[in-house]
Amino acid sequence: MKIETIMPADIARQHLHQVRFEHRGHHLLLPTNVSFSGCRRTLIMGPNGAGKSLLMRLAHGLLRPSGGHIRWEGAPPVQAMVFQRPVLLRRSALDNLTYVLAVQRVPRAQRKAQALNALERFGLAALAKRPARVLSGGEQQRLALARAWLLNPSVLFLDEPTSALDPAAIKAVEDAVNAFHQQGTRIIMTTHDLHQARRLADEVLFMHGGQVLEQSPTEHFFEAPGSPQASAFIRGELVW
Amino acid sequence: MQKTTALVAAGLVGLSWSASLLAEDDFITLASTTSTESSGLFGAIIPAFTDTTGIEVHVVAVGTGQAFEIARRGDADSLLVHDTAGEEQFVANGYATERQNVMYNDFVLVGPSDDPAGISDSESAAEAFALIAESESPFASRGDDSGTNRAELRLWEDAGVTPQGEWYRELGSGMGQTLNTAAGMNAYTFTDRATWVAFENPQDLTILFEGDEALFNQYGSLLLSTENNPHLKHDLATQWHEWLLSSEGQQAIADFEVNGQQLFFPNAE
Amino acid sequence: MPVSDNPFYTALALILGMDQRLFDIVTLSLQISLIAVLVACLLALPLGAALALWRFPGRNIVIVMLNALMGLPPVVAGLCVYLLLSRAGPLGQWGLLFSPSAMVIAQVILVLPIIAALTRQQVESLHNEYDEQLRSLGLSPLRMIPTLLWDARFGLLTVILAGFGRASAEVGAVMIVGGNIDGVTRVMTTSIVLETSKGNLPLALGLGIVLLSLVTLINALAHVVSETAKRRLG
Repeated sequence: MKIETIMPADIARQHLHQVRFEHRGHHLLLPTNVSFSGCRRTLIMGPNGAGKSLLMRLAHGLLRPSGGHIRWEGAPPVQAMVFQRPVLLRRSALDNLTYVLAVQRVPRAQRKAQALNALERFGLAALAKRPARVLSGGEQQRLALARAWLLNPSVLFLDEPTSALDPAAIKAVEDAVNAFHQQGTRIIMTTHDLHQARRLADEVLFMHGGQVLEQSPTEHFFEAPGSPQASAFIRGELVW
Repeated sequence: MQKTTALVAAGLVGLSWSASLLAEDDFITLASTTSTESSGLFGAIIPAFTDTTGIEVHVVAVGTGQAFEIARRGDADSLLVHDTAGEEQFVANGYATERQNVMYNDFVLVGPSDDPAGISDSESAAEAFALIAESESPFASRGDDSGTNRAELRLWEDAGVTPQGEWYRELGSGMGQTLNTAAGMNAYTFTDRATWVAFENPQDLTILFEGDEALFNQYGSLLLSTENNPHLKHDLATQWHEWLLSSEGQQAIADFEVNGQQLFFPNAE
Repeated sequence: MPVSDNPFYTALALILGMDQRLFDIVTLSLQISLIAVLVACLLALPLGAALALWRFPGRNIVIVMLNALMGLPPVVAGLCVYLLLSRAGPLGQWGLLFSPSAMVIAQVILVLPIIAALTRQQVESLHNEYDEQLRSLGLSPLRMIPTLLWDARFGLLTVILAGFGRASAEVGAVMIVGGNIDGVTRVMTTSIVLETSKGNLPLALGLGIVLLSLVTLINALAHVVSETAKRRLG
């Protein structure tokens, strides 16, 4: 089992040094120093426009920083990302999964079995032949998680994966996140939901106005937030 | 994979289908006039030639001016047109080695049946043209440097008229299109008899003047020179040229009729 | 061919009678236009997708030119191909003028800009949606192209049909480069021109109705296929 073989320390540490991001003259992310290490579940919180998604996209490599640099201690590990609105291909649920296996150059003969396995794992086996884009929001997000699962990532980024879902679907996504974590995957996820952060997070990274104001263990963050903005956010007063 | 197999199969079918487009080699390309093609002459005489020689003839029917141009560029193996002066010039310029009379018919003046210019009693074609210009009755000209167009312009010259003004419409079209337009405008126009007889949309137009010697319309066949265009199928083209002049070819031309009317009169020497 | 004063009756008689000459003309028209569209697709789909994915200097100029070429008058395309393929032209030694191949080339030139320009639009909007996900999966732009083309397939089918429409409906180019040779390069549209010039308007219109029916049939077929596939695959 992977739980035994991959120890948290096995995942390469990631450092962001003085990383900043500008777009058309707007400073969307001020120079930032952040490190992600171990097999933690880090939840990035903060009001809209704080730069949460931006930080994650920079860490994942979807965006290039305008300054500073991003460094892995050792070889960059396998990463996957789940988006707020799942981007599913215009094919069946099953074909969406065999597609990533093809991209990974998994031998053709093994793709279908692996994909069906993942569908089963995320409770989607009955929907294998259905067009992915007519699935419900919750089913689509589970399919996106199943797709990430097939990549067997060491680091999983999730950008507000539950913001448009009903409670049952949110539960399913959170269970999936924990399943990844138990398998030894580092989780980096953004959310607005304080309760979700309490349920899932090992540590909280709080952002405001394009800056990281603190990165601290969950209990510490909720009991003694390190900034007035964080306190206001926890009290539900700081929205912007 | 099924998809791949289906694609390959489709590709093969498509390829073999495309291959059927590649023509056989035993043919010549003949540049000729619209009058000979649209009257149906070639449809009637070419099968006889093909039966005898096994050579197919691909007819590209255009105005005489364009036919000369096609031959000059080396895109036709043989030429059959009706502009004797132009043909002789073509030989003189070295593009063709020989020109022979093949057949003739005649041009006619057609116009509205009530004949507003009163040309039907004219003594000569020149007089008829002068009457049209005088009364400024609408006249549709091919205006496309075809053999018919060239003949028409020579007749205006004979009539001492420079055709211009509202009434003179240069269409820049083939004979058939010009007849359609003339019928629509109820205008006079100048046409070869073959196209006219085979034309099916005359509306109110009718023949108003015919029979003047000046309306004689001679067709000639040219044997093209291979000097500049060595790729020409000269041997096959020579067979066609000689067949047209042979008694067999001449008889085939004489036998061609539309509505019981002979349209071309063989006159090879 | 049957002749009547009523073009619709003529068209019906043409279709029902299905005489050999008409059959040959219809087959040739379809052959030429379908092959032209196929060749154009092979070139234009990757070209359109590449234009959608890559940013390079002069890209906007290429896009504007492609869009402008969608309006290229067929006669001009025909004239260019004529001058190219003429014995006196640069490709004269191929001896392709006045052959079906020349007609295919002319139609490819007419159809390619349409398919490439519209493919770029379709693929670009899909790319906006897919880009982050595909890059997250580690795909290079080159490897994205097949995915994007396949996922845009329903929109692209309409694009290809538009190309086929232009190919099968045009007359100016095929007339010049094909020469309207009976039994060799005479297609539906050039037949219509010829019959019109003979003043045989009912037959010309009848042929026009046959052509329109054929194009309608092909479009209906494509529509049914794509709707069925859409329902099954999403």
